[in-house]
Amino acid sequence: MPTRIKLEDGQFNLVEDPFTYASDDEDLPRGDLIISLTRFQAEGERLLSEGRSVGVRLEPAEEVEVLAYDLPRLSVIAVSFPKFNDGRGYTAARLLRDRYGFKGEVRAVGDVLREQAGFMVRVGFDAFEPADGSTPEQWAHAARRHRHVYQRAADHRPPAFAERG
Amino acid sequence: MYQYDTLDKEFLADRAAEFREQVGRRLAGEITEDQFKPIRLMNGLYLQLHAYMLRIAIPYGSLNPTQMRALAAIGRKYDKGYGHFTTRTNLQFHWIKLADTPAILDELAAVDMHAIQTSGNCIRNTTADPYAGATAEEIDDPRVWSEAIRQWSSLHPEFSFLPRKFKIAITAAAKDRTAAKVHDIGLMLRRGRDGTMGFEVIVGGGLGRTPYVGPTIKEFLPVNRLFSYLEAILRVYNRHGRRDNKFKARIKILVAALGAEEFARQVEEEWAKIGSEGDLPDTEIARIRGAFAPVHFDTLVNRSEIFEAAKAADPQFARFARNNLREHKRAGYTIVVISLKAIGETPGDATSEQMEVVADLAERYGQNDIRVTHEQNLVLPHVKLDDTPAVYAALKAAGLATPNVNLISDIIACPGLDYCALANARAIPIAQDIARTFADEDRAELVGELKIKISGCINACGHHHVGHIGILGVDKKGEEFYQLTLGGSGAEDAAVGSMLGPALPAGRVADAVDTLVDVYLRERQEGERFLDTFRRTGVAPFKEAVYADAD
Repeated sequence: MPTRIKLEDGQFNLVEDPFTYASDDEDLPRGDLIISLTRFQAEGERLLSEGRSVGVRLEPAEEVEVLAYDLPRLSVIAVSFPKFNDGRGYTAARLLRDRYGFKGEVRAVGDVLREQAGFMVRVGFDAFEPADGSTPEQWAHAARRHRHVYQRAADHRPPAFAERG
Repeated sequence: MYQYDTLDKEFLADRAAEFREQVGRRLAGEITEDQFKPIRLMNGLYLQLHAYMLRIAIPYGSLNPTQMRALAAIGRKYDKGYGHFTTRTNLQFHWIKLADTPAILDELAAVDMHAIQTSGNCIRNTTADPYAGATAEEIDDPRVWSEAIRQWSSLHPEFSFLPRKFKIAITAAAKDRTAAKVHDIGLMLRRGRDGTMGFEVIVGGGLGRTPYVGPTIKEFLPVNRLFSYLEAILRVYNRHGRRDNKFKARIKILVAALGAEEFARQVEEEWAKIGSEGDLPDTEIARIRGAFAPVHFDTLVNRSEIFEAAKAADPQFARFARNNLREHKRAGYTIVVISLKAIGETPGDATSEQMEVVADLAERYGQNDIRVTHEQNLVLPHVKLDDTPAVYAALKAAGLATPNVNLISDIIACPGLDYCALANARAIPIAQDIARTFADEDRAELVGELKIKISGCINACGHHHVGHIGILGVDKKGEEFYQLTLGGSGAEDAAVGSMLGPALPAGRVADAVDTLVDVYLRERQEGERFLDTFRRTGVAPFKEAVYADAD
């Protein structure tokens, strides 16, 4: 079974991934699935009624707003980074957490590199599929590099101004 | 100067440690140059024509003598004994070895400096009025807001991978010395009718290939709502700015495509959703304000006998006083502008020795305060008129007393083809040619305020679009040519210059500028600057004179 780095209770661990990615043109395998937004809009209702856990893979140009009413039924949002420097995924994650209060998994997929770990954790990602082969230890090291942060974000770390209080 | 607390210092230490580790991985061959590139760019390290270039942030152009000495020491130890002050009020070292960069960042962190976000598609250094805290024109000290922006934007988790770089300017004076209207965001502090403070928010100005003077999208943003509003602008841009073409990725293109009104509507909609959760508490703004080292002014009279006597005795000092001193808000004090435009030298360059002289003067006569201007000069913002002869003498001995601020030889130029991998043509030699043509100081003063800005390519780092005379280097079949524009301005009367005519070969540029100046002197009416005359007459007499010469 494939794995991903999962952030749980402040720990980064390599855990098995119960979800299978299914592209738009293949027959759906059994079990829990991550599918595209298009496919979810066409078949999501049926898949959920079969009792499966369903996740949606969101491309950068697809806006989280379109999922607003479906979020409580979704287990995973896999936010896609076709290139590490396409920063739209950071806004997507932040809105999922802060604006929609999404409690499921927000997973970073695609060109996901260790140097981005700190930013990703801060905007609310809690699962990672590193493209650079980073281990959970390396990922944790990169994510926890800074003792202080200057902004409020989805991770609820106290920003500098609150620390100074 | 804002005084770093433990928390600010630890933040920099962590960042320096991170980069040391990343450089280590690169030097050990664990990562390729391709993989390393985005990492080094996050730390201001560029690979240029000859070597690595390290761009060090001078947040809102403000630094103290200890920091200036640290820069001088780095220049001496790791570079060739000089540095280059940029139009972003940063400092660049052009001859850096990769293996030295971690040590340099440690030396910088030791004096509360860094290279964070001096490159990459993130929020860059904020430009602020270099006369902040010293000019009577301002309604508040823009450095307080600039420092708050520096902190808020440092390693911002959501806005570190924007479509393109992002630059903010803040001014609190009616006379704009920040080029606010050609920034991604320009903030102009105003006082409302009820006495409260707010920002006029200008978005989508910019230079580069497609210059725009930015439109105002909000007339009066209450100051305590600044950060939620910035978040709204950045979020709309991060989501909708173009990412398919780097030349169309700046926010100006999005604002122009949507129209200012529609862009403003989207920002307002997002802003309403963010609410005051996105704002900085008033107590934090107050803390930052309090963390600026207090400046102690003596109570003096307006007239300084020492200053007057020195002017009477030394015409050179009198010339310096006319051109390089600016009015201070306190009686008996003045703002000293130090020109980094010595005739025949590279605009913005300063040697390590010169940096040390400026540091000493700031310490002895200038309340430990030094500023860098986007016009690539330095400023001692608080000097007693009584001390100006001594300051002048020290500057003169160091080759820093060029009396040409705002005059024709006070030229902005990008590094150009001498250093930069992007350039099509050299900029520095053109600046040097023009400066030599106008080396006669009487003539330069007679011509008065005239801003020449030179870029070595269409990316416009030399701000040529907003030069009273703008000069753009272009490549024509392997030969360097220069396109002249007239009538641009980066100030409160911002405008993009209009094309004079066909591009000229390098050897003709200084002569053409000379001709343009002759036309101005012939045409000008009482009190008109070059820019004013051009705006009245239009391009015709200038064009005729320059291209008549060619025939």
